Amino acid sequence: MSTPTLDKHSAALDAAENTAFEQITITLRVRRFNPEVSDEVTWVDYQLEMDPKERVLDALHKVKWEIDGSLTFRRSCAHGICGSDAMRINGRNRLACKTLLKDINPEKPITVEPIKGMTVLKDLVVDMDPFFQAFRDVMPFLITKGNEPTRERLQSAEDRARFDDTTKCILCAACTSSCPVFWNDGQYFGPAAIVNAHRFIFDSRDEGAEQRLEVLNDKEGVWRCRTTFNCTDACPRGIEVTKAIQEVKRALITRRF
Amino acid sequence: MQIHKYDTVIVGAGGAGMRAAIESTKRSRTAVLTKLYPTRSHTGAAQGGMAAALANVEEDNWEWHTFDTIKGGDYLVDQDAAEILAKEAIDAVLDLEKMGLPFNRTPQGRIDQRRFGGHTRNHGEAAVRRACYAADRTGHMILQTLYQNCVKEGVEFFNEFYVLDLLLTEVDGVKRTAGVVAYELATGEIHVFQAKAVVFASGGTGKFFKVTSNAHTLTGDGQAVAYRRGLPLEDMEFFQFHPTGIWRMGILLTEGARGEGGILRNKDGERFMEKYAPVMKDLASRDVVSRAIYTEIREGRGCGPEGDHVYLDLTHLPPEQLDAKLPDITEFARTYLGIEPYTDPVPIQPTAHYAMGGIPTNVEGEVLADNTTVVPGLYAAGEVACVSVHGANRLGTNSLLDINVFGRRAGIAAAEFASRNDFVELPEDPASLVVDQVESLRDATGNERVAEIRKALQETMDTNAMVFRTEQTLKQAVEDIAELKQRYNNVSVQDKGKRYNTDLLEAIELGNLLDLAEVLAVSALARKESRGGHYREDYPNRDDVNFMRHTMAYREVGEDGAESIRLDYKPVVQTRYQPMERKY
Ligand SMILES: Cc1cc2nc3c(=O)[nH]c(=O)nc-3n(C[C@H](O)[C@H](O)[C@H](O)COP(=O)(O)OP(=O)(O)OC[C@H]3O[C@@H](n4cnc5c(N)ncnc54)[C@H](O)[C@@H]3O)c2cc1C
Ligand code: SF4
Ligand code: FES
Repeated sequence: MSTPTLDKHSAALDAAENTAFEQITITLRVRRFNPEVSDEVTWVDYQLEMDPKERVLDALHKVKWEIDGSLTFRRSCAHGICGSDAMRINGRNRLACKTLLKDINPEKPITVEPIKGMTVLKDLVVDMDPFFQAFRDVMPFLITKGNEPTRERLQSAEDRARFDDTTKCILCAACTSSCPVFWNDGQYFGPAAIVNAHRFIFDSRDEGAEQRLEVLNDKEGVWRCRTTFNCTDACPRGIEVTKAIQEVKRALITRRF
Repeated sequence: MQIHKYDTVIVGAGGAGMRAAIESTKRSRTAVLTKLYPTRSHTGAAQGGMAAALANVEEDNWEWHTFDTIKGGDYLVDQDAAEILAKEAIDAVLDLEKMGLPFNRTPQGRIDQRRFGGHTRNHGEAAVRRACYAADRTGHMILQTLYQNCVKEGVEFFNEFYVLDLLLTEVDGVKRTAGVVAYELATGEIHVFQAKAVVFASGGTGKFFKVTSNAHTLTGDGQAVAYRRGLPLEDMEFFQFHPTGIWRMGILLTEGARGEGGILRNKDGERFMEKYAPVMKDLASRDVVSRAIYTEIREGRGCGPEGDHVYLDLTHLPPEQLDAKLPDITEFARTYLGIEPYTDPVPIQPTAHYAMGGIPTNVEGEVLADNTTVVPGLYAAGEVACVSVHGANRLGTNSLLDINVFGRRAGIAAAEFASRNDFVELPEDPASLVVDQVESLRDATGNERVAEIRKALQETMDTNAMVFRTEQTLKQAVEDIAELKQRYNNVSVQDKGKRYNTDLLEAIELGNLLDLAEVLAVSALARKESRGGHYREDYPNRDDVNFMRHTMAYREVGEDGAESIRLDYKPVVQTRYQPMERKY
């Protein structure tokens, strides 16, 4: 068990442990909007000295903390787990805290704007209430009938694996706000709500699938999905969002889940 | 200014707040005020597991769990509370499962369990599998499941409302709870919430350290608000440094990694924990492992060009096991370090993780105004509170447990209090303190910046109040913090607006961190012994004669308006376990 592992030192580990001071100049191009001050949207460039291993969130903090305190965005955990900081970075939805500068070509200006299809309230902050309303509409909780067992409900490891992928959702809205159908029709539930419905429909313990499927059979439900895969590409948790939506569609037809 | 009236107000929507809300909403008209959307709370970052002696995979019982908790806490644990924690753990886990939590399963379909630091069979014989888990996303699943059940119960949330003050009204010489004052982020408006009962569940305060596993938003708001209103803070010197944070970043890599067989190694590849904890090795309690890591580093056996970290080695574990049991933390290593944990060891260092101390409560979650007197109508639960079930060092998986057991208890107790009692009158001009605070910051023209002061605070805390402390380093910390508090008086914010003014709120949060850091340092300076997470190189032994007692820190304001900290002490509740030397 105690065999030394140093022979396994890879180039990647050497690079990770490199403490030499690395610095590059980047341009962060941020879409600014504050209706309290003006109805105009402006794009502002910030030149920053950064380590390429830092995150876009670090760059935003650098602006806020050292240049302009009024730059506004949401964030909390800073490691891709709370879902606060989904934004459009170089035209693609990502979490700012999970995007390293070196991975998005820091030589060119890095554009940062709020996620699309939602009302912008200030700078990168959008109104999340409709998004959470769509989530609530799919009845995102375990529905069971009959008497509760004294101990836990049994579930095989296989049944548990059936819906594992969709349990990972952090409700960041990266998927929903990358969906062209949602951009055109804000009433569409959007992929995130369907992902969360999927999480229960395919949970062997749940007995509310019929109710939930009725909700999703609505004209603003799953049938609007045109399988563009934007959502799957956008999901920072690597959830196969499109596949989940397809599975829900199939369940609606076959009533088997 | 708006005034609202609710029977029960809960401050915070992490695990503790939502567990309380599920209970209190069924029993009383409840509002939950939270500065983050509920699912953004840091409970979601918890990884490894939640302890309960279910005995699903091997023999176990709540008495062993109680013992481990008390020993893990270096005998500063209140033993009656620890017993409740361990006994109610079983139902707490089963309740979550019934609410829908997708635990990992055994081949028989039961909730699976894994090993974790300090959890043992039969009083220390060997590691026991007690941690119930869902991959390395246990906290995420708890937070989601509780939120889902809040949706089901129709819990009323006020999202992005920052609670900045607690209202207490004196009735017949007794301070009673009247409500809270909150700042609405979207509009800058101030809201007074009149309530019969208030539950603080606002989480931890790790952001006064630089290398930390805590979110940017963990700034000890609840503790600071209570402290400013004259309530004591208990055992603030006890802060846990988790052994395995990603080097320099502090992002946590769960102890579950070692529970699954991961090994800590120094630059020679040596499994050094064998020297420090012959029985439990890498799964000794966290304070022991963190000190061992720093000892290795200090003695020149650290890794990397600067010898300032060690390795968490997972390379001998099958990739399938890593994918199934530790998918998130292996991804963190890939994303943030660019390395492949299948084949590379992961550079780690201890990271500031958990506040054992906080607002003192009894086992019903009632807040104490001194060693014995409760504040009628005021409750606290979760990391903001100190029951004390964690004593001088919390065992891994005992906090997710704590938030469920004591969140539930506080929610029930608060709602029942609200149904038995009437509103007390609001104090005159209830929002005045908050209005002053907000207005003066918005109008301030000083030349100090929040970020600079915060950085300086984090530097001094990391240097002087971390794993190893001495009189000298702690005095330095006290001095530095005093100076930073002076500078804070000249702080100004650039954003003068009302709408989503996070600039202003960061300034307020910094004020909270400064107050709490000072309490930590002053309490630590006075504790001339080493116990659990508090290690004094100048007093390396535990001193049960003089210090087997809880610190109670009070804010005092002199006639000239000068502030100071008064320290008092509270006895530890001992039931059946006599203090022994702590060996792993
Ligand atoms: C990375 C990490 C991993 C962990 N892993 C484990 C583990 O495996 N097992 C374990 O047992 N423990 C673990 N812990 C510890 C445990 O997760 C936390 O102690 C626990 O989740 C805290 O829960 P809480 O409800 O008290 O606070 P939080 O979940 O932090 O919630 C605090 C809430 O208070 C609100 N709030 C804060 N200030 C205000 C204010 N001024 N006004 C209004 N609302 C406010 C916030 O919006 C939030 O909703 C881990 C901790 C971390 C950081
Ligand atoms: S499915 Fe993925 S992208 Fe969509 S909300 Fe959940 S985590 Fe975010
Ligand atoms: S800050 Fe939490 S996901 Fe990015």
